[in-house]
Amino acid sequence: MTVDVALGRRGIEKQKRRSLLIESSVVVGIALFLIFAMPALLSDFRLNLLGRFLALAIVALGMDLIWGYTGMLSLGHGVFFALGGYAIAMHVKLQIPADASSQLPDFMSLYGVTELPWFWQPFHSFGVALIAVVLIPTLLGTLLGFLVFRNRIRGVYFSILTQAATIVFFNFFNGQQKLFNGTNGLIDFKTILGATVSDRSTQLIFYILTILLLIVFYVLCRWLTSGRFGRLLIAIRDDESRVRFSGYDPTDFKVLVFAVSAALAGISGALYALQSQSISPRAMDIAFSIEMAIWVAVGGRASLSGAILGAVLVNFAKSILSEQFPEIWLFFQGGLFLIVVMVLPDGIVGWLKSSNFEKLLTLVGIRPQVATYPSLETDPDVQQEKESLGNKEL
Amino acid sequence: MLEGILPLLDGLFNGISTGAVLLISALGLAIVFGLMGVINMAHGELMMLGAYTTFVVQNVCKLLGPAWFESYVFLALPVAFLVTALVGLVLERGVIRYLYGRPLETLLATWGVSLILQQFVRSVNWVLTIEIGLFCGLFFGAMWFLSRRLDWERIKNWAIALLLPLSFGLSWATGTFLGQTYKLAVTQPWFGAQNVDVTAPSWLRGGLPVGSFQMPYTRLFIIGLTIICLWGIYLFLQRSVWGLRIRSVTQNRSMSSCLGIPTAQVDALTFSIGSGLAGIAGCAVSFLGSVGPNTGQNYIVDTFMVVVVGGVGKLVGSIVAAMAIGTANYLVGSGTMALMLKPIQPLFDFFTFFSTTSMAKVMVFALIIAFLQVRPAGIFPQKGRTVDA
Repeated sequence: MTVDVALGRRGIEKQKRRSLLIESSVVVGIALFLIFAMPALLSDFRLNLLGRFLALAIVALGMDLIWGYTGMLSLGHGVFFALGGYAIAMHVKLQIPADASSQLPDFMSLYGVTELPWFWQPFHSFGVALIAVVLIPTLLGTLLGFLVFRNRIRGVYFSILTQAATIVFFNFFNGQQKLFNGTNGLIDFKTILGATVSDRSTQLIFYILTILLLIVFYVLCRWLTSGRFGRLLIAIRDDESRVRFSGYDPTDFKVLVFAVSAALAGISGALYALQSQSISPRAMDIAFSIEMAIWVAVGGRASLSGAILGAVLVNFAKSILSEQFPEIWLFFQGGLFLIVVMVLPDGIVGWLKSSNFEKLLTLVGIRPQVATYPSLETDPDVQQEKESLGNKEL
Repeated sequence: MLEGILPLLDGLFNGISTGAVLLISALGLAIVFGLMGVINMAHGELMMLGAYTTFVVQNVCKLLGPAWFESYVFLALPVAFLVTALVGLVLERGVIRYLYGRPLETLLATWGVSLILQQFVRSVNWVLTIEIGLFCGLFFGAMWFLSRRLDWERIKNWAIALLLPLSFGLSWATGTFLGQTYKLAVTQPWFGAQNVDVTAPSWLRGGLPVGSFQMPYTRLFIIGLTIICLWGIYLFLQRSVWGLRIRSVTQNRSMSSCLGIPTAQVDALTFSIGSGLAGIAGCAVSFLGSVGPNTGQNYIVDTFMVVVVGGVGKLVGSIVAAMAIGTANYLVGSGTMALMLKPIQPLFDFFTFFSTTSMAKVMVFALIIAFLQVRPAGIFPQKGRTVDA
């Protein structure tokens, strides 16, 4: 029996390797297209938008990780996003020429600050800023996650608490003019590492960097969700008590995955801030955090490609619709929430993955070939028979 | 002696009145979320609708004469209750009833509804009203007409796919035609994006002088209204037949259904009562400041915190939590706390840093997180033998 299983497993392994190869070539193909073809096809303005939306796709990946896979709907990812954005933005604001009259960011002198607050001091260094982009959201996520999950607060209570955290951070950043420039946030970026931020070439570098990082994080999330860890996450989503009874402690896993997703949000925020050349407390608006959930839901929960697709699609729809008919956008967005929840709970990718795609093909006249039961293709016994018969048709 | 007590009394009164505003806005949520387990993110928007209803009633009464204007509040309260209860009923029948048992998805769907309501208030005009009326008439009328056919189940999907764009297109075309014929008379928004102001009648202006400070009548009115609402809800839930049914469905839905309680009707009723209370709360908060399409957003998080801290399913928990959060918010936010701790310099500096309205929220949230570490299920947790408890 064990021999049979081993043989069958070899067949499955082969198939797995092949599908992995196809997937990675598709990813590389899309990336090459985005990097080389898109700058020629789109105007600078649209390209910049695409870059921003791809940055948002990173936070959508994080959101998918905790909501789609682990079943925790965080309404506080705007906080991590904004923290990452503020960290890199402050570094940019601190790039002051040595001969300038004031060695402070412009807004601070406006509010009569004479000395840089101590916690902004390390942000003179690019390395520290980069580390802070990842580390601050991660630490905050770990702390918040630990405090919340330890008490088995979950489901909607978790959502409400994260939402309250968002409001708190919004108030904090909004109210502190001297430290964070209040409502306006950090704007008017000058240089980073000697390059002018608003230059076309600098922005192109940010764009390419965003795509590369998106691929890296896609691979990371793919790796996290495909193995045992991924299955455990789904188990926590589907029945947390049972996971607990099976001898696992869901708290650790939940804290870990929440921290990872917070880190992704921070990086996404930094990339977004660099490309939009501003970061303001509006990123901590509750509406923005809930929007993230809708990107994931539109694309398809528990599907990483769906998260990326949803983030880009919804944001493009938003920018186009709110340019053309500003008053319709909110109706449209509200309708989108309703449709995604009521009619299309698996999102676009989920809808395509289920048999609907084939149904659609049948409807337009292309009949898919049905040879055997799909389960036969993966049945180890059948595979072994096939192999022992020299791969002839059964 | 009196001089020493007055500031404390002042703080207490302001704390209670802040708490009363919180409580009256959280009451409906305590019923909808506490009893039914439904997360209604549109609760704030229902409050906003209640406030706008008050605004409309006030304008109508202004036209009718000064005697009407003096007492419009008593007309506005039931009207606001009815309007929001009706909207709540539509919301429950149209959306929420399909999502019972899926709280996170209810959250997203009701958030979508709240966005739609916000934009609706901004851009509502005669054209939009006619369009919506026409659409509902055409679509549901045709559906009702077709549903009498014997092969209804078979053609249902096709009928929806055909009727939906057809009636939408027809009503949209009619709306556009009307808009172009009558121009501004029908396309002007009723309220617009600006805030509107509700003027309190003369007997609600001013305040009751106590020593050196005043208790504003509007605040006293809200406290009184909160008490009346609480009493009414208590009587309804504990002494009426439908209250008994609501409580039994809360405790065990399937058993109640077995015993012949119409659970679907109970759900609809509970939800519309919760929504109606949001309307009353909206009427109350309209006296505190101007009302805009975003008014609801300011209340939604605070009210949820009240219910979570109080413990789900218990009204008394919401009362205690609202008073505690309100008092803490006021004491920290107004700087009273800082003044009380003046002798101890580091504490004084610490509380001075938090003594603005927004920073007080920061501190109160930290306190709530700390509190939930000790009592994760709130002040008055529901007792039961579930693994989730």
